[in-house]
Amino acid sequence: MTAGWNMSQRHRPSLQAELDQNSVSELAPKTLFEKVWQDHVVKEETPDTPAILFIDLHLIHEVTTPQAFALLREQGLSVRRPDLTLGTMDHSTPTTPVRSFKDLAIVGEGAAMQVAKMQENCKEFGLELHGFDSKYRGIVHVMGPEMGATQPGKTIVCGDSHTSTHGAFGALAFGIGTTEVGHVLGTQCLLQRKPKTLAIEVTGKLQAGVTAKDVILSIIGEIGVDGGTGHVIEYRGSAIESMSMDERMTVCNMSIEAGARAGMIAPDQTTFDYLEGRPKAPQGADWEVAIKRWLALRGDPGAKFEKTVTIDGSRLQPMATFGTNPGMVIPVNENVPPANGNASFEKALDYMQVAAGKPLSHAAVDVVFIGSCTNSRISDLQEAANIVRDRKVADGVRMLVVPGSQQVKKEAESLGLDKIFIAAGAEWRESGCSMCLGMNGDTVPRGQLSVSTSNRNFEGRQGIGARTILASPMTAAASAIAGRVADPRQYL
Amino acid sequence: MQPITHLKSKTVVLPATDVDTDQIIPARFLTTTTRQGLGANLFYDWRFDADGEEINTFALNKQAAKDCQILVAGRNFGCGSSREHAPWALLDYGLRAVISTEIADIFRSNSLKNGFLPIVVDENTHTWLLDHPGCELTIDVAQSVVILPDGGSVSFPIDSFARYCLLEGIDQLGFLLKHETAIKEFEETRSWTP
Ligand code: SF4
Repeated sequence: MTAGWNMSQRHRPSLQAELDQNSVSELAPKTLFEKVWQDHVVKEETPDTPAILFIDLHLIHEVTTPQAFALLREQGLSVRRPDLTLGTMDHSTPTTPVRSFKDLAIVGEGAAMQVAKMQENCKEFGLELHGFDSKYRGIVHVMGPEMGATQPGKTIVCGDSHTSTHGAFGALAFGIGTTEVGHVLGTQCLLQRKPKTLAIEVTGKLQAGVTAKDVILSIIGEIGVDGGTGHVIEYRGSAIESMSMDERMTVCNMSIEAGARAGMIAPDQTTFDYLEGRPKAPQGADWEVAIKRWLALRGDPGAKFEKTVTIDGSRLQPMATFGTNPGMVIPVNENVPPANGNASFEKALDYMQVAAGKPLSHAAVDVVFIGSCTNSRISDLQEAANIVRDRKVADGVRMLVVPGSQQVKKEAESLGLDKIFIAAGAEWRESGCSMCLGMNGDTVPRGQLSVSTSNRNFEGRQGIGARTILASPMTAAASAIAGRVADPRQYL
Repeated sequence: MQPITHLKSKTVVLPATDVDTDQIIPARFLTTTTRQGLGANLFYDWRFDADGEEINTFALNKQAAKDCQILVAGRNFGCGSSREHAPWALLDYGLRAVISTEIADIFRSNSLKNGFLPIVVDENTHTWLLDHPGCELTIDVAQSVVILPDGGSVSFPIDSFARYCLLEGIDQLGFLLKHETAIKEFEETRSWTP
């Protein structure tokens, strides 16, 4: 048991008392989302104008910012709150193992230019950038939480749709476009219409071999890739409450894959234990004050959601996608369903070269990718390592393990995980987005089948003509060993 | 942004559902630092084969589609990545509007900020439009209606502020900057600081 677990036991009684107190002191019952939203309204919305919402943390990276900085320059504006802006480089940076970052060759002129522009822009506007010389550099959604910049009750935005990840802490976090990045840089505010709310309750206890990734894939399979459109999801229920922060981040990360604006989980002792002592988390007396404020964020009993979905967590299976969006998903052992005359569905099966009525284990796997902001944290790497330990990656399979940040990399190496992966025949890489999207040199070759722990199985997402199956780190690791899509439970 | 009040054009039909922004503009073309020139790579992997040859059967490559400014697409258009490069690429290619039964949130918001019209219509109208590629439509932004070839009109929902900005060619940053006092007051009076 870790120190965090002991501590959470110690604090729990007082936590419950405070929760009870908070819930009766409110007038109209409010959801977590409503509380955070209300706390950031600079100007209320009217039928004619959207609300002006203040942003507490603006995360930036090299791909979606150059045009926004250009806009600031055109208009002669400065960055309003450099202290609330935090930058990294992750998308177009290579993950080839190097001794020193001086040796790092960025793949492609465009990517090199973006990286140079990012450095130049952050320098000119006085912004904190975690570039190649920073021990904190990493995928933007791994780095923010790791540094303790992601906190309950904050509004967090980034020019990246998986900003929903940060909702795991009880923040209201969502992706924005580049024009909006410019708005936030210039005014620290956004124009927003209030979204609707959707509660997803996952009850029961997950079976061994079933992970947070399987939970969110099951949810998307259930409600569809547009099931959350226009909504902010709040995940709740015993299966969610018993998850670690790494697991909660995996769930919230893929909220956008159900079309939702954001996903949120109420902060609790697990959240606080994770944040305590991190460099950007409140320290000393401020910490106690923050905890009080954070506890009050939990949704009030009786608060209403526009929609509610309940899922029995104890019945969930390890999942794998078979098509070209994350909603086309089945338990890893089941057969691919029939298209029933649906043209888009047929096109997807055709692209994936999988046959209706057959299990996914029919196809030989070419690539296994463990990484991305969905599943590249230390616990993800541990789960994968536990499966490949003392085993060998099947002949003909290329397995890449890409830690989410330099911090994760360091921790994994101190635990000897790198050695386990290398001994099994996998590649151990520098941190970054890597094969999650084909723009940094790491790609799946045309026609090859990849089992990937990332979040999008869109056509060509991992490279032109690449065929992607999304799964958990355990299932991906098991598939690397088997050389075919495999149920991780046979390796536990 | 240029004001936009009307758009009159023939349609090009792409019936696929859940068209994600990785299809609209694949990630490998995102290594750009300007907004221009993305049109050449719009729907790249659907327009071109492995040898870089145009795929004749793809809707946008057909001769009749060349001057069309209105795209009719399947449900849930623009899902996935938040890249604003998607509407930039569509506009740079020459398209000005997309009509579907559902359009993903971030894509819709990005589109409106660039004067690209995301139009949501009912199932019946949509089915008719899918079945009649190349028909001529007028999109009237002020009235929020699509005028069909037979003169009938179908209204579409649009946020009143977004409509105002489109009609006047207003840039939303200017609107936010006008609220400087309110923003300052918010920052100074909030009960905690991030
Ligand atoms: S890992 Fe993938 S999904 Fe996450 S930020 Fe990077 S590119 Fe986006």
